[in-house]
Amino acid sequence: MKKLTLLTTVILFAGLTFAQTGYKVGDKASDFELKNVDGKMVSMADYPDAKGFILIFTCNHCPFSKAYEDRIIELDNTFKSKGYPVIAINPNDPAIQPEDSYEEMKIRAKEKGFTFPYLFDDGQKVFPVYGASRTPHVFIVNIEHGEYIIRYIGAIDNNHTDAEAADKRYVQDAVNALIEGGVPNPEFTKAIGCSIK
Amino acid sequence: MFHKSCILILIVLLSACMISACSGEKSRQIPQMNFQEFETLLHQQNDTVYVINFWATWCKPCIEELPAFEQLNTEYEDQKVSVILVSLDFPNKYKQLLLPFVKEKNLQSQIIHLTDVDANAWIDKVSPEWSGAIPATLIYKGNDREFYESQMDFEKLKSIVKTKL
Repeated sequence: MKKLTLLTTVILFAGLTFAQTGYKVGDKASDFELKNVDGKMVSMADYPDAKGFILIFTCNHCPFSKAYEDRIIELDNTFKSKGYPVIAINPNDPAIQPEDSYEEMKIRAKEKGFTFPYLFDDGQKVFPVYGASRTPHVFIVNIEHGEYIIRYIGAIDNNHTDAEAADKRYVQDAVNALIEGGVPNPEFTKAIGCSIK
Repeated sequence: MFHKSCILILIVLLSACMISACSGEKSRQIPQMNFQEFETLLHQQNDTVYVINFWATWCKPCIEELPAFEQLNTEYEDQKVSVILVSLDFPNKYKQLLLPFVKEKNLQSQIIHLTDVDANAWIDKVSPEWSGAIPATLIYKGNDREFYESQMDFEKLKSIVKTKL
């Protein structure tokens, strides 16, 4: 019984630590299977031609997410044809944030004409594995020898209020670096965002 | 004739000044700062405990915890505790959202509107532990610093502040 308690504690602690840290640049990422706004399930494995992915944890309600919606569409338009499509994931619990429900996601995706999948992290299982803490929060995945490797974590650019005024376009530069066979610099940035609820 | 119109203009100007002075008294002064201007408040070397909360009017958990900071500000009014509420509302929402909100909630703590959008350049300077999500709170006295990227309640705030007083 004592052993079992100890084991449970160890597992719980390990789980907790894992949930808090998430992925770092260079880590191998796990694929997921989440429901898109069109009702179909989506995984990274569904893209046989992709060279990588621009995974963006984002949502409906957050003003920062809203401010970046057009820029996320633009990223998808620029990089899908180059092998790096956008996959957006809403990590929020609609019981706490009703504006981020699956039904509301469908409405928003239609309104804005999202060109990319907008997936619902039902049960909040995926975001803790990645270590997303806010919206929007970007993870760029590069496919290397058949494995999903995290190559950039952070912000889209350095000006949330004005896309034109941003003089550092982190995600754009990072994907271009990967396309050219290099590594992103910086590979990690921070931004203010809404906490994941 | 010329003299009369001059006096009239003077009266109009004077009354306009008085009206603006009156309304100025009623509304709160909330300074807008870039990070460089704000940063000195993160490094005060004295015996005051600084409780610095990062929030925004659109952030639901932030709004929920504001009363706890207000209560702290009131209850520790006579002690060396300084509560500073740092709004991260978008720079263009100052008049539209921030000022009306502060007025409506009748917030008494010191408020600063941090309008520096290049957050990657300054988040680590607040705390390397901060991912950038709000609410977030820094509590420090001299070099004794603690950072919390989570929602606070009054009891928790009080217990942290007590250890530093």
